Amino acid sequence: MDYNLKYDEKAVFALRALYGTYGYTQYKMNKFEEYDLYVRNKDFLISDAVITFTDTNGKLMAMKPDVTFSIIKDSDDKSSGVQKLYYNENVYRVSQHTGSFKEIMQVGLECIGDVDAYCIYEVLMLAAKSLKTMSESFVLDISHMGIIAAIIDGLDISKNQSSQLLKSIESKNVHELEALCTRFQIDTNSEQVLKQLILNYGAPKEVLPKLEAILKDTPAYEAFLEFQTILSAAQGSEIENMLRIDFSVINDIKYYNGFIFKGFIEGIPASVLSGGQYDKLMQKMKRKSGAIGFAVYLDMLERYEKPQKGYDVDTVLIYDESADVKSVKRAVSLLSKKASVLAVRQLPQDLNYRTLAKLKNGEVSIVE
Amino acid sequence: MLNKVLNIALPKGRLGEKAYKMFKNAGFPCPEIEQDSRKLIFENPQIGVRYFWVKPSDVAIYVERGAADIGVTGKDILLEYEPDVYELLDLNIGKCRMAVAAKADFRDNRDCTLRVATKFSNIAAAYYQRQGRDIDIIHLNGSIEIAPILDLSDVIVDIVETGTTLKENNLVVFDEVLPISARLIANKANYKFKNEPIENLCTSLQDTIKAEE
Repeated sequence: MDYNLKYDEKAVFALRALYGTYGYTQYKMNKFEEYDLYVRNKDFLISDAVITFTDTNGKLMAMKPDVTFSIIKDSDDKSSGVQKLYYNENVYRVSQHTGSFKEIMQVGLECIGDVDAYCIYEVLMLAAKSLKTMSESFVLDISHMGIIAAIIDGLDISKNQSSQLLKSIESKNVHELEALCTRFQIDTNSEQVLKQLILNYGAPKEVLPKLEAILKDTPAYEAFLEFQTILSAAQGSEIENMLRIDFSVINDIKYYNGFIFKGFIEGIPASVLSGGQYDKLMQKMKRKSGAIGFAVYLDMLERYEKPQKGYDVDTVLIYDESADVKSVKRAVSLLSKKASVLAVRQLPQDLNYRTLAKLKNGEVSIVE
Repeated sequence: MLNKVLNIALPKGRLGEKAYKMFKNAGFPCPEIEQDSRKLIFENPQIGVRYFWVKPSDVAIYVERGAADIGVTGKDILLEYEPDVYELLDLNIGKCRMAVAAKADFRDNRDCTLRVATKFSNIAAAYYQRQGRDIDIIHLNGSIEIAPILDLSDVIVDIVETGTTLKENNLVVFDEVLPISARLIANKANYKFKNEPIENLCTSLQDTIKAEE
């Protein structure tokens, strides 16, 4: 019955159906993982705090804060072929706002193995389609860490300085970027390229030609060509107008290498989808193959649909001691044809209902 | 459409009034706001803009949570609370500096932990961490200047505008931590869906800033 499903619950079903139609198979996992799995790459996690406990055999275990690690761990490390998986799991993370642990329902998919241009395109398209299942008004912001990294790596600056530059790009902070470039004595050409990356925000067909001109003679051109090829594949598709090139989408340069993206839905103040190519994490975990994936944060959807219902139940049926099981059953099935029915002997306090019905001597009468 | 109204959070007080004047000159006036009133929300439906006055330190919260699309706040707040927002412009107003001040006869003795009284714990901690200095932070919410006088702390890290308050309390600036000015910030999600009005406002504000320079 549709009216009993919350918006985020409906989204779970729609997303699972979507991923299934593209041949992604569901990955089920345990609630717990060995803590060791997370400890070396803690900064890949959104929050690095993990709930841990000691298992009966003395092993330090964790309530899973993330699904990607488990999928990588369990995947076959083959250099050919891809595994396409989706998941729908609860994860345990520290909430940014309250600072305490929260159980979060997360749906996502991963494509692991010999990731080619089509795989990347498919994942981007599924990210956009995932957003479309939740709202018609959405935007998928796309960036490429390879382009940013090629430019930053070409500069003679320290790790700390490059993370300051990345921070200014992430917050679209042109004035700070200019000040940093002057302080770090970065040449004017590179400064211009970085500035243009911040300023050029928009639909691929408008921004790609401009980027080509900017990046043509830079070490980032090779990465740009990949970026252009895959985005051009979306031309003419139903999602084309919902894509935006936005280099302020930045993820940890230690783990992500190629495409990265974030999804937004009008009415929700933060991103509801986040993903990218994480070949570098695969290398750190001693894997030969590549990977791309994303997660949809369903906790963000809670706020999207404000409770519209002014009542808890459609009809309350009050019956007395004299009513037998059969007559109550008959009355409930009569009333529940189109709506929800709560059958009780006493009217609960603070309950909002539309109709109040009474069962007396086998007869149902509407009281109010 | 109501949701296409541009919501702007301004800090109550002199800085907010200055910022409003800049927005007005940039083509986003709201006559109602100029009348003396105790109201906190003002709207100009003709051009689709809604202003509201909030406590200066809360502007970033309104913007980060999307209740405001854009807002004006000091760089001090952005560094202290690190909200996840875009920082689109340096408005070049509300200029002051974050500084370390102490009694005139203060000498830093590196043998012992330095006691620092401040409203800006994170900024102070980052500043002393860069110097590798061991400190004890005493978080205060106001009247920071009296902390060294009462020997609650050795130094203070606070905002200095003219320096008059420090002088009146016999304190001297020892070092500048960073310069501060007001910034235009935007909510990351709303920036995408109200991109055109936000970009128009930014361009006009930039012209105003350049003209004043």
